[in-house]
Amino acid sequence: MDELLRILRSNALESHEAIARMLGVPAAEVAERIADYEKRGVIRGYQAILNEDELELDKVTAVIEVKVTPQREGGFDTIAHRISRFPEVSSAYLMSGTYDLLLFVEGRTLREVAAFVSERLSPLEGVLSTSTHFMLKTYKRLGVLMHQETTDERLSVTP
Amino acid sequence: MSGSVSLRDRLNVTVRDIPRSGIRDFFDIVSTMKDVISLGIGEPDFDTPWHVRESTVFALERGVTHYTSNLGYLELRRALTKYVRKAFGPEYNPETEVLITVGVSEALDLALRALLNPGDEVLYHEPCYVSYRATILFAHGKPLAVETRAENGFRLTRAMLEAKVTPRTKVLMLNFPNNPTGGIMSRADLEGIATFVRERDLLVITDEIYGELTYDAPHISIASLPGLRDRTIFLHGFSKAWAMTGFRLGYACGPAELIEAMMKVHQYTMLCASSLSQKAALEALARPETDIAEMLEEYRRRRNFIAGAFADIGLECHRPLGAFYAFPSIAKCGLSSRDFALRLLQEERVAVVPGTAFGACGEGFVRCAYATSMENIKEAMTRLARFVKSLKP
Repeated sequence: MDELLRILRSNALESHEAIARMLGVPAAEVAERIADYEKRGVIRGYQAILNEDELELDKVTAVIEVKVTPQREGGFDTIAHRISRFPEVSSAYLMSGTYDLLLFVEGRTLREVAAFVSERLSPLEGVLSTSTHFMLKTYKRLGVLMHQETTDERLSVTP
Repeated sequence: MSGSVSLRDRLNVTVRDIPRSGIRDFFDIVSTMKDVISLGIGEPDFDTPWHVRESTVFALERGVTHYTSNLGYLELRRALTKYVRKAFGPEYNPETEVLITVGVSEALDLALRALLNPGDEVLYHEPCYVSYRATILFAHGKPLAVETRAENGFRLTRAMLEAKVTPRTKVLMLNFPNNPTGGIMSRADLEGIATFVRERDLLVITDEIYGELTYDAPHISIASLPGLRDRTIFLHGFSKAWAMTGFRLGYACGPAELIEAMMKVHQYTMLCASSLSQKAALEALARPETDIAEMLEEYRRRRNFIAGAFADIGLECHRPLGAFYAFPSIAKCGLSSRDFALRLLQEERVAVVPGTAFGACGEGFVRCAYATSMENIKEAMTRLARFVKSLKP
C-alpha cells in the first residue's frame, strides 16, 4: 500500500504539510495524490474512531451471519448490494465457510434490530437463514484499543 | 570517623575519577520539571511487540525462572546465528561462538575485560555512546578518542585512525549506526577501516545495536568484510529494533577463543542473562521482519520530518541515516551546548541532550531523539523554532 495511504489510515487529520515532510515530497503533490485517491474512490470517507461504550448511546449492534442463494446472474453481489443499502447495515462482508454474508447491523433497541431481521432481511428473496449475535462490549476497533490508558513509562532522559 | 571525605579517599581511583554521565546530570534537572516534551530519550517509544510480551507471560507461567547455561539457551543461540547470518552476513557456531549477555552494555564490558591488559590502548570514535570511555577505563585500558565530524556525516576514516594509532593500540571500537549522531558507514568506508585493522593487526569490537535501523542505505557490518570476522567481536541485542530495552538482552558473536574468555568473566560475575528475557528474545526472532518493518517506517517518517524542520529553523544538521537520533549544530546560536539545552528546557520545556555528554567534540551540537510520537516531534519543533528565533539579536 502507498505509504501516503498508510499515514492517512493511522491519522486522517494529518496535515498535508506534515505528510509532505514525512514523505519528503512537496505539499502540493500530497494534496494532488489525495484528491486523486478520493476521485477514484479509493478513499471513500474520513471518520472519527469513537469509544461508543463511553457515550452510553441508545444503540445496539448485532453481528448477523446470513446464508443466501447466489443469483443466476450476479452471484452473491446482487443480494449483497441489496442488503448493504439498508441504512441499518453498517458493514457487510462476503465470507468463506459455513455462511455467506457477515453483517454489522445497528439499531436503537434489541427489538428494533430484531424487527429489521425478521421484517426486512429474512423475507428478502435469496436469504435462506440468519443467525444474530448481539455485541456486548468493544475492546478494539479498527486497530485501536478502547480501554488502554496511554502511559509512557520511560525515563525523561536516557543515554 | 568523619563522613564522606574519608570514604571518598578509599574509593578505587579509577571509579572515583570518572565523572558521572552528562546524561544522568541532565536527567536530574529534567525530572524536576513538568510538561516537558523530551527528545532526550535514547530508547524506542514503541511497545515491545505483543507476541513477545504474551509469550514472556506464558514462559513465566510455565516456570521458566531458573538459571540457564552460562552461554545462554542453546536454542536461542541457534536462532541468533541464523538471524545474524541473514541480517549481518557473518556465520558463527552457536555452540562456541555466541554468548548471551545482559544487554550490549555487559557484552561490551566483557569484551574489553577479556581483551585488555593494563595500559592497552583502545581506539574509539567520538561523539559516542556515553559509556565507552568509562568502560575502557574500568577495564584498565587507555581510551584513544578519534573525533568524527559533521561535514563528513560523522563517518570514521582510515586517515583519522592513522593519526591516533600507536604500537600499543590493541582494539578498535566501532558503533554504527551511531548514537548520538545517526551516522552510518558505507561499504567503501568500512573497507578502508578493515585494511587499517588488518595492517595494524588490531582486534575490533563493533556495537551494532542500531543495525536494523537505517533509512536510506542498508547497514553493513564490519564483521562481514573479508578477514574481519576472525578478529571481531560483534555485539548486538534486542533493545532498539524490538523495543525491548527493559529486558536487558544482548549478545556477542566472535571467534570461539574470544567468546570463551568473555564467558569466563560472565560466568563469575553475571552467571547468565535472565531466563525470561532469553525466552522473549527467542520469540522476537520468530518474525523479525514484520515486527521491525512498521517501526522502521515510522522512524523514517519522523526522520524526514525532523530533518525538514531543522532546515526551516535554520539549524544545520547532517542527514541522519540511522538509529533514531538527529545531531544538529547549534553553534551559530552563540550558546554552549549545555546552555542551549538548559535554556531550551527552561524557556520552552523541550529536553534535548547537550552534545558534550557524548564527548568533548560534541560541543556545538545537541542530540534530538525522534523516538517519540509525531505529535510530540511537531510540537517540539514549533517550540524549538520559537526558541532559536528568540536568540537572534
